Amino acid sequence: MALNNRIPAGELAQKWSTYKSTCKLVNPANKRSIDIIVVGTGLAGASAAASLAELGYSVKTFCFQDSGRRAHSIAAQGGINAAKNYQNDGDSVYRLFYDTIKGGDYRAREANVHRLAEVSGSIIDQCVAQGVPFAREYGGLLSNRSFGGTQVQRTFYAAGQTGQQLLLGAYSAQMRQVAIGKIKEYNRHEMLDVVVIDGKARGIIARNLVTGEIERHGAHAVLLCTGGYGNVFFLSTNAMGSNVTAAWKAHKKGAFFGNPCFTQIHPTCIPVSGDHQSKLTLMSESLRNDGRIWVPKKQGETRKAIDIPEEERDYYLERRYPAFGNLVPRDVASRAAKERCDAGYGVGNSKMAVYLDFAAAILRYGKTECTKHGIANADDATAIRLGKEVVKEKYGNLFDMYEKITGENPYEMPMRIYPAVHYTMGGLWVDYELMTTVPGLYALGEANFSDHGANRLGASALMQGLADGYFVIPYTIGNYLADEIRTPKIDTKQPAFDEAENAVKERINHFINIKGQHSVDYFHKQLGKIMWDKCGMARNEKGLKEAIQEIRALREEFWKDLRVPGTASEMNPELDKAGRVADFLELGELMCLDALNRNESCGGHFREEFQTEEGEAMRVDENFMYVAAWESKKEGWELHKEDLVYDVIHPSQRNYK
Amino acid sequence: MEHKEINLNLRIWRQKNAQDKGQFENYKAENISTEMSFLEMFDVLNERLINEGKDPIAFDHDCREGICGMCSMHINGRAHGPWDGTTTCQLHMRAFKDGETVTVEPWRAKAFPVLKDLTVDRSALDRIQQAGGYVSVNTGNAVDGNSLPIDKTKADASFDAAMCIGCGACVAACKNSSAMLFTSAKVSQYALLPQGQPERNTRVMNMVAQMDKEGFGACTNTGACEAECPKEISISNIARLNREYLSAQFSL
Amino acid sequence: MSVTGIFLILFLIVHATVNGMIFFNDNGEMFNFYAHFLSHNWLLRIIEVGLFAGLILHIIQGLMLTGQNNQKRPVKYSVNPGNATSKWYSRSMGILGSLLLIFLVIHLSHFWLETKESLYVTHKEDSLFEEMKEVFSQLWVVIVYVCGVIALCWHLIHGFQSAFQTLGINSPKYNPLIKTIGIAYSLIICFAFSMMPIAIYLGWIQ
Repeated sequence: MALNNRIPAGELAQKWSTYKSTCKLVNPANKRSIDIIVVGTGLAGASAAASLAELGYSVKTFCFQDSGRRAHSIAAQGGINAAKNYQNDGDSVYRLFYDTIKGGDYRAREANVHRLAEVSGSIIDQCVAQGVPFAREYGGLLSNRSFGGTQVQRTFYAAGQTGQQLLLGAYSAQMRQVAIGKIKEYNRHEMLDVVVIDGKARGIIARNLVTGEIERHGAHAVLLCTGGYGNVFFLSTNAMGSNVTAAWKAHKKGAFFGNPCFTQIHPTCIPVSGDHQSKLTLMSESLRNDGRIWVPKKQGETRKAIDIPEEERDYYLERRYPAFGNLVPRDVASRAAKERCDAGYGVGNSKMAVYLDFAAAILRYGKTECTKHGIANADDATAIRLGKEVVKEKYGNLFDMYEKITGENPYEMPMRIYPAVHYTMGGLWVDYELMTTVPGLYALGEANFSDHGANRLGASALMQGLADGYFVIPYTIGNYLADEIRTPKIDTKQPAFDEAENAVKERINHFINIKGQHSVDYFHKQLGKIMWDKCGMARNEKGLKEAIQEIRALREEFWKDLRVPGTASEMNPELDKAGRVADFLELGELMCLDALNRNESCGGHFREEFQTEEGEAMRVDENFMYVAAWESKKEGWELHKEDLVYDVIHPSQRNYK
Repeated sequence: MEHKEINLNLRIWRQKNAQDKGQFENYKAENISTEMSFLEMFDVLNERLINEGKDPIAFDHDCREGICGMCSMHINGRAHGPWDGTTTCQLHMRAFKDGETVTVEPWRAKAFPVLKDLTVDRSALDRIQQAGGYVSVNTGNAVDGNSLPIDKTKADASFDAAMCIGCGACVAACKNSSAMLFTSAKVSQYALLPQGQPERNTRVMNMVAQMDKEGFGACTNTGACEAECPKEISISNIARLNREYLSAQFSL
Repeated sequence: MSVTGIFLILFLIVHATVNGMIFFNDNGEMFNFYAHFLSHNWLLRIIEVGLFAGLILHIIQGLMLTGQNNQKRPVKYSVNPGNATSKWYSRSMGILGSLLLIFLVIHLSHFWLETKESLYVTHKEDSLFEEMKEVFSQLWVVIVYVCGVIALCWHLIHGFQSAFQTLGINSPKYNPLIKTIGIAYSLIICFAFSMMPIAIYLGWIQ
């Protein structure tokens, strides 16, 4: 099957406006009788559900949490990018587009990314209109800060809770539609299969997580807005419930999986403290605006951070990348931290951490405050006291969180941080219209592969999720549904629904009946370790081959020795987890396969065999300038390639020096 | 941070489903690292229960970084446990002493029926939001974000209210099971912003009516909600709601 | 609750001021003069009806509020936070109010009923001051009154601030003021009231 990305013809900057003016429309009367299922209620899902319901479609939303508002988009801290150029610092749609393509190490589609940059401004406008309380300047206008991988200030934010505020904005729009009956919510429901009839997505099978009932839901189109699959690593910054199941079921039903090996390791997370660890906590990238990252110059240093004099500290990011300093993209910062720790310069008990230090920023802010308050010849102690207040206002909630988790006061001593799995650039392959290879089945937000290439820039995930939901899908879905207006309400008594439901029930009963020795987490932790060690921040051929074997063996053991207590007809969180981990066990293998296939280093995918003399990622454009789209086969996978064509940007070695 | 290991006696509410009466059961948690979060301690306990062939304890949790609002335990008489301004998932075992007995109950309120063990149904909060917790603006209708300057102090106050994570600790902590802090946080967020003005009166009336309909109690200003709110949302928002409600009632 | 509460708070000021006249220690002359004025002025008679209406409304509202709120948590917690999250008196307004109601019955039967009886039934003007002296010569009455006033004090400490909060008056600028006035008011009023029976019982006032 040849991949058709359906990118419109014409000049890059005109593609989206041309598309919008020429795509097919569905008239309002017809919209009423068209059903759309939206799975997942994060930024992409909630914004899509609300926007489509506003247009007049009949929408059903599904989420496994108890309320739509809990989706993990809520945890995004730092901000959302938009090419508004409010700061008059040279930003433009083109620059946002360029930064995103470059940040993604030239593995994203030009047309998609340009569209993303084009609609970015409208997202801010929409959110402001919804009553999202963004940070503002004293003049009452919106405030911006800078993020990694850019040299302009284009990040809009609401303290350290931007994701929360944006999600609550989208959720409020969704609730408004629920109130008038245009959206019907199915919370505490998990999608367990897509129903495909005559090659088109026609509905889903979902399990009511409270009663255990298996339900059928028909629709003219199904949108998967189910986020990323970082939890394949067990430890990640994702929520405990984040999973790949919906995307994976779609994959099994014919949707190709794009670039599964592209995972983002975020450089600033709180390090692992022990075997009990259930998840990792991110410290926002915005901290790199002011914090300086360093390790001791001496290997195996035992002194406390504050006792190490300035000249014995190695500010390795500033040293290696003077142009971007502490604000290099995430993949670069993460690898640099790993390099230092592997070389024996790590800090903390585990020696797998680096310092993120605010002392300089506190002093700097303090001095500004002294000037502001007219305190002449202020001593350092006064400046530090005032500086702490400024830092508290900017990052207080993050500092508090750090203290709760580690028991250490970050105002007094540098934070210890280490990279952790954070985001997955890979996902379901979609065309320009966000449709997967199954007609009528769409993937939005982190669940698709489309806009971030091999590495996502900070504050771009929120932008993409909302762009897809508010401004892309409302147009592109019409182009498909215009041909579906004659399709009557989907009858869920059709044999395809029977078949899908039976398969789901059979699988659930199987989990319950294995009655083996080990819990789901036992297997999940092992899978996570394999993935982190061999398909994590650095990968090599040998390791990946081993990982594939290990995962297969683990999968076999899982299906033989799993223990799921309780029954299928009740609330059973262990059963929910079992289904998710079963899918991770298959996905993990595909990720390794993809990483093994991609004989180059790019963005978050770092193959040790492919690096420059200075240890930077080395792309192999002549062989790998493509999207790897994997088709699920009865045995294994088949690789399809979508060539990436750069009409406007000329790929070069990324340089942040 | 220096860590040690502690042993605890746990008294945990077990209830098979909404119909079951439920009762406390006692468990021993041994060799618990003080570095663990409270929920990680539950993970360890559940792992043991599964290995012993028993039913693990059901509890709500998701992000485990204090923002999704899903976790909801009443620990030793306190919603979200002993630390102020902290969700259950961010509570760490440093808060407990070796040998301590820890009682864990679900949120208790008529409007929050127990689904299983420590899991409750908080959909009533969603319905309060549906009653008016939004600005009626369709996608695509917006004007430029900077076309309407907003007083920074008001924007900040609006944000302070908007920080609510909808966990329901205010209801759990209130002796009347009142949802006033939750509702007032939403009302305040919009009342303080120009975008919220057109629907100001209907919003407060409808949200309060829905709150009463859901079976939440009335506010008697004890302040327990503010003391337990993991986001430390102020009861000045409740006063604002009262003000909004009065002015809406007297408006022509 | 707040409107009737504030109304009653204002009444207590008048009540305490008039009764405070006994402290002039002029054999109740001043006190009797004002008591006579209050009980014979037709405008004040109308206000008295309003006062009772307010009081009864306050009681009914209180009983209903407490009754309804008590139903909102069918299964109680096994462990309660105690004073960690709220003040005991804030949580106990219903109980404090009920104690006050019992006290009020005793109080009204002592004075109000007597006055009305002499005013409308026996038509002979009693000295209210003499009556006070008589009633407060019994130790148990003094104890009941002091207890009643202590309950009133806690009721007011919460009630005063709470009334403002319910009416939407809460701002960082005025909160300290409201709080201070509320506590000062409660203490002064209740000190004045409790000193009346004590002073008479101990013979400080002749």
